[in-house]
Amino acid sequence: MQTSTVTDAMRPPFPAEPGAGVYSNKLGMWVFLASDVMFFTALIGSYIVLRFGMASQWAQPGAVLNVPLTGLNTFLLICSSVSMVKAYAAIADGKKYFLRKVPGKRLQDGGLKFWLLITIICGAGFVSVQLVEYIKLVGEGFTPSGYREGSLLAEHALADPVKYGAGVAGMYGSTFFTMTGFHGFHVTCGVISMLYLYFTKVLPEKYSPQDYRGIEVIGLYWHFVDLVWIILFTIVYLI
Amino acid sequence: MTTPAPTTHVRPNYMLIWLYLFVMTIAEVLLAFELPVARNLKLILLLILAIWKAMLVALFFMHLKFERWRLRLIFLVPLPLAAILVTTVIMEKVF
Repeated sequence: MQTSTVTDAMRPPFPAEPGAGVYSNKLGMWVFLASDVMFFTALIGSYIVLRFGMASQWAQPGAVLNVPLTGLNTFLLICSSVSMVKAYAAIADGKKYFLRKVPGKRLQDGGLKFWLLITIICGAGFVSVQLVEYIKLVGEGFTPSGYREGSLLAEHALADPVKYGAGVAGMYGSTFFTMTGFHGFHVTCGVISMLYLYFTKVLPEKYSPQDYRGIEVIGLYWHFVDLVWIILFTIVYLI
Repeated sequence: MTTPAPTTHVRPNYMLIWLYLFVMTIAEVLLAFELPVARNLKLILLLILAIWKAMLVALFFMHLKFERWRLRLIFLVPLPLAAILVTTVIMEKVF
């Protein structure tokens, strides 16, 4: 793995406290993320058990769900994760600005305000695309309680139950909407939190290279949300 | 107890990690829909790719690679507990 030169050494965002060796805000976020790991594991674990117990209920990958659109959404979330970590690196270097011209370079240098705004836009974009996807799926008859009677999907399932699954019992729909719905809720909370920080702390330039705890803590949450989606995208859309 | 000395580390190449994640996502989609691979092997390869991507995010974006082992434990401890939960429920269904 290629790394930057020694001059790119990173300082921690706040002095560590005795005990765990990190400041309390960061420790609190890590403990919360550990509990969230258990929460998503419960959802994913029950999905695995149900899927392997009643495999006929599920459609084949790509038959019902829009994989290309969701693939694009996954790419959007990955980009938001990169912009989040760039925001973290920017404030670590003291770059509180939005954009600044760099002498001798064509591209401008992005600061904390720029990169965090990109993260917020990508996060909001992800939630919007997911909402559009939900509306389209429900319109086609794919609901949490199964394929809606008389809908296009119900007809497809009757004609080809192997490809579309015998989804009338609702196992496929309920697991899909529960897992992606809870994840979407996490993303929404992350976007709202970042917006709050952006207007109350980032724009007034209250963060400094000596104290940018809020950026690191919200960054940890955001990367976790991306990490969970990486797993969910694979097991819900590709398998 | 004295305050621990701050840890410093060399900054990872975030754009390179982004590139790895992008290429692996493309590989996953191609593997799922285009490549003629046996179903069980496809399942294992997709899970490996997903876990690999998750590890990249956890190690480099969340800086877990550069944190003290006590903090890494907080993140690592739920994983075997989660595996036990899933295994137990599957075994209950099987038996």
